[in-house]
Amino acid sequence: MSVPISVGTLDLSAGRSPARREWAVFARRLARRRTALFGLVVVMVVIVSALGAPWLAAYDPTEQDITNRLRPPGSQDAAGRAHLLGTDHLGRDILARMIFGARPALMVGFAAVAISGLLGMGVGLVSGYFGGRIDDVFMRLADVQLAFPFILLAIAVIGVLGPSLPVIIVVIGVSSWVVYARVVRGAVLSLREREFVQAARALGSGDGRVLVRHILPNAFTPWLVVATLDMARVIVIESALSFLGLGVQPPTPTWGGMLADGRVYISTAWWLATFPGLAILITVLGINLFGDGLRDTLDPRLRV
Amino acid sequence: MKIFLARRLAQSLLVLLGVSFIVFFILYLTGDPALVLLPPDSSAEDVQRFREAMGFNDPFIVQYGRFLAGALRGNFGQSVRHGEPAFNLVIERMPATFELSGAALLVALCLAIPAGIVSAVRRNTAIDYVSTVVALLGQSMPTFWLGIMLILVFSVQFNLLPSSGRGTLEHLILPAITLGLFTTARITRLTRSGMLEVLSQDYIRTARAKGVSGPPVVWKHALKNAAIPIVTIVGIELGTLLGGSVITETIFAWPGVGRLSVQAIYNRDYPVVQAAVFLLSSTFVLVNLVVDVLYTYLDPRIRLG
Repeated sequence: MSVPISVGTLDLSAGRSPARREWAVFARRLARRRTALFGLVVVMVVIVSALGAPWLAAYDPTEQDITNRLRPPGSQDAAGRAHLLGTDHLGRDILARMIFGARPALMVGFAAVAISGLLGMGVGLVSGYFGGRIDDVFMRLADVQLAFPFILLAIAVIGVLGPSLPVIIVVIGVSSWVVYARVVRGAVLSLREREFVQAARALGSGDGRVLVRHILPNAFTPWLVVATLDMARVIVIESALSFLGLGVQPPTPTWGGMLADGRVYISTAWWLATFPGLAILITVLGINLFGDGLRDTLDPRLRV
Repeated sequence: MKIFLARRLAQSLLVLLGVSFIVFFILYLTGDPALVLLPPDSSAEDVQRFREAMGFNDPFIVQYGRFLAGALRGNFGQSVRHGEPAFNLVIERMPATFELSGAALLVALCLAIPAGIVSAVRRNTAIDYVSTVVALLGQSMPTFWLGIMLILVFSVQFNLLPSSGRGTLEHLILPAITLGLFTTARITRLTRSGMLEVLSQDYIRTARAKGVSGPPVVWKHALKNAAIPIVTIVGIELGTLLGGSVITETIFAWPGVGRLSVQAIYNRDYPVVQAAVFLLSSTFVLVNLVVDVLYTYLDPRIRLG
């Protein structure tokens, strides 16, 4: 009776592998969430402006022109060139600096998330799979890590080592592993007892193989959600550090650094501080919306 | 219960030990503590003598032991810049930081819990959407930008509130809102989802079926059970607030530990940095201990956990 039906279903999906079909289903479900899609578009725009900054920006972000300092948004300079978002205290074009400012933000974001994500994934896998003494040690370490007001620790260490791109990335990366470790550990704890893992072990797979081939792929979705949402946090931290003068150093334009400059001129030139802050807000909002959508689609019960 | 308390206490002490090690290590990252602590024009003999006197030639572990023994007695050495004991400098600023963090937490709880409850009870109405969007914006907004924008509007444009310093209640308003916004957003979202979960439980339906209706269900039955995750996150958020005070205090020139430590880092005044990081972290550990103990009372199910 059921033969023709199952043949029909098989025909439909014959060309695609199960994994690709799963991704297609996932992508369709994600696309149905309009807020998540909006978030994705925002993130794409930021990535494109970071990559294409030299072509997108109409001005050199470090080109100073003292005769055109503190021009309000929409004004023209003596040469008749328009400055859409105005110029800063050194006559530099704010829009161009904002476009270039996406670069350090995303660079620190991606690199730091990669470091802490890998660290946390490793710790979570080992901690959850082996349990016992190792687990205890790692979880106490996590407690120590969480006991620090994060930003204070970051500025203390960066203040000592001196602010540079690698130092910032490593400091943020090394001290943000806990969330990943906890989420992955939680997933591993339940996966460890599942039949397919037991079966793999019964068939003679060693611990390493079971972890990498069977557990890792299944612990990946919660990890991905955490990584996305953590990216938003890291970008805020990067701009906070630049704001305090402990980020990527001038003349490289950073959103936080622009805000710090703008703060000095707050009573005469509001646009200096307003626009870079909006850039941070919109970027972080986009990532958060996308991350929330990702979580709701992949793993609605995950609390992050 | 006693065993739980003892274990939780031992755990906190262990965490503090780890904190002390990292704080000690900060000075070591500088390369040579003697060069950092002495004025730059000191002679080589001076540096050598200082190193001898401070014990910087001793084995690492001996130095750590000495640091720990000092830290436990509140001795972090002299501030390089102010010539006062670093511990005293930090302790003097503590009340200001507590005042700001406490006010921010108060702002957050007063706004977030009602907003979260109303959002959950009136789910999918205009009021829910507004509160959700505001919470989302609040979670995405960088603190320092919000602070500057508040100064722009309330101090520069309308001249209503002071933009810096501490003293009157007016001085507290803008910094407390700035520092509290992120926490407000977090607690709003948590309260909403917690209430939604509880409101769909069987015992709420039972209560409704028995004729308890409207507000009493929300207040007496639902909120009590939704309160547990909120209490937990308040402990965690207090850590965020203590850390966030670093930036908020810098923007509003608030004379607290956060501003002191940022200045100390700029001045390479490491004893003060160490004392500040250690004392703020200890405060956070203590608060979390108290919160944990508190919520075993709130929810007997977690007792002995």
